[in-house]
Amino acid sequence: MESNRRNFLKIGGVCALGLGSLPIVKALAQEKGPAFSSDPRRLVAKRWAMVVDMKKCWEMGKPGCKDCVLACHTVHNVPDIKDEQEEIKWIWPEQFNHAFTGQENEFIPAEMKEKPFLMLCNHCANPPCVRVCPTKATFKSPDGITMMDFHRCIGCRYCMAGCPYGARSFNWQDPRPHIQTELNMSFPTRERGVVEKCNFCTERLEVGLLPACVEACKVGGLIFGDVEDPNSNVRKVLAERFTMRRKPELGTQPNVYYIV
Amino acid sequence: MLERAFTGSQKYYKLLGGLLIIMGLGFAAYLLQWNKGLTITGMSRDVSWGFYIAQFTFLVGVAASAVMVVLPYYLHDVKVFGKITILGEFLAVACVTMCLLFIIVDLGKPMRMLNVLFYPTPNSVLFWDMVVLNGYLFLNILIGWNVLEAERKGVHYPSWVKPLIYLSIPWAVSIHTVTAFLYAGLPARHYWLTAIMAARFLASAFCSGPALLILLAFFLKKYTKFDAGKEAIDKLSQIVTYAMIISVFFVGLEFFTAFYSSIPSHMHSLLYLFVGLEGHGKLVPFMWLFAILAVVALVLLINPKTRKDEYTLKIACAAVFFSMWLEKGLGLVVAGFIPNPFDQVREYVPTVPELMIALGVWATGFFILTILYKIAVTVKEEVAS
Repeated sequence: MESNRRNFLKIGGVCALGLGSLPIVKALAQEKGPAFSSDPRRLVAKRWAMVVDMKKCWEMGKPGCKDCVLACHTVHNVPDIKDEQEEIKWIWPEQFNHAFTGQENEFIPAEMKEKPFLMLCNHCANPPCVRVCPTKATFKSPDGITMMDFHRCIGCRYCMAGCPYGARSFNWQDPRPHIQTELNMSFPTRERGVVEKCNFCTERLEVGLLPACVEACKVGGLIFGDVEDPNSNVRKVLAERFTMRRKPELGTQPNVYYIV
Repeated sequence: MLERAFTGSQKYYKLLGGLLIIMGLGFAAYLLQWNKGLTITGMSRDVSWGFYIAQFTFLVGVAASAVMVVLPYYLHDVKVFGKITILGEFLAVACVTMCLLFIIVDLGKPMRMLNVLFYPTPNSVLFWDMVVLNGYLFLNILIGWNVLEAERKGVHYPSWVKPLIYLSIPWAVSIHTVTAFLYAGLPARHYWLTAIMAARFLASAFCSGPALLILLAFFLKKYTKFDAGKEAIDKLSQIVTYAMIISVFFVGLEFFTAFYSSIPSHMHSLLYLFVGLEGHGKLVPFMWLFAILAVVALVLLINPKTRKDEYTLKIACAAVFFSMWLEKGLGLVVAGFIPNPFDQVREYVPTVPELMIALGVWATGFFILTILYKIAVTVKEEVAS
């Protein structure tokens, strides 16, 4: 065939058209069905929730116990960056007046002010971080976990501005040299420039394991279960004990409850 | 028409050269950031947006200057704006370009930028901000270029440009509104959680943009044969006056709501900005400078004598521009993060590389502006002779 500019452009045009329609073809050709075969041991729930029994933690735990923090940060390769400005944390202790802002009064028991409260992502039923993310890098899973896709995140940090709980950390620098714990090869390490946070150990639930912090707590201070199942352990605790949530007035519906 | 950018006086080339040097320094600083990440900035876990996003926020407003000349010219037939509409449109092009650059330099993973297009997310205001900013950029390039080209040829601009001009008017409003919504809809960021955020953005935009336009018109009058005309400057300075009054009034409204209600979380950011909070007050001098400049600007603008005098008008416009820059390009974004979600004050100070990158972006904007204005002015000079 004689090849000239006209022909080249024609063929090029048809090719471009074909490539352009690829997404449509893909969308039409897609079959509905399971994208992966799930583990039979998988733990399932309609909406995962956690009750943090601070009483047990303080009264029965050993002084200065940080088993949950250590377990979480080890299993998820969370770097230990000493600089307060750039630190990464998935679960960490915070004083009462910082944890429950606006709910402190000047007459609360003195020791309450000093006590550490465990902070983690609240996995809100109505999460502002998901609402603001421009790439769906953070999204809500069907079982109520606010998920984070490290590979899609563009690092705009809008979710950090949106989160009212300060639960999100950004990798200002390369986190890998700062991983002090033994590297967990079954969980990814992160790159700089992306946001990360607690994921309720979704990868452990997949294989039938409870979250690392729950498993690590020797005194049973962390109770994890399906808040939509009336017979679940969390629902029993919530029915019996008085619990608090952080910043309930914002309407985000946190799924982490505190017994104080 | 582009070739007109390549012939000019020594001064013109010196200006471009100077801007190129600053751009180069900014780019060098950006390479450092590319290498080490955003750790080279002063931003932190607590103040996760800083100088870059603040500049972007302010410049979205400056881009408004276009609509403040386009709207009266096309909707109210204010003929005196005929000569300067092109300056407004080209200023908008330069400003929106700076806005986009500031967003890019702020990204942790700039190479993934296109994810915003690959996974369009209508529930995110940032997605819409991208849409309106790029749309406004293309609208102004298209309109400005075609109208200028028609002027050069001595013909009327093509009829398809007219609907775009009308479209550009609400579009200009949309860029400020959407940018304000980036902030206004976030829970627990009390300083931003105000229903008049969009109104505040529009008011400050309509004074800072035209104020810069007036200064640029005086600059062109001095160094080129282009004269915007006394009447146009007069009209524009009236717009600046009203917008500045409304702008300062809106800031006052925020004070009333916060302090009459006495709700601590609503007062904290304002206290931090103007008197300091828990012993931290790095922005206090800047905010008082804002207040002083705003008062100076208002006195000079409201008094017709000083508003009509070229010398005092220049001072007033510079005061408007810098006071609004301090309020929006510095205070507004940072104070939204202070105190942090744990009611702790963690301050933010931009670092040297961060400032250099920002300066580089500003220089890029002025480089584009210089070239566009050079083309516009040359064409107008040719037509006049």
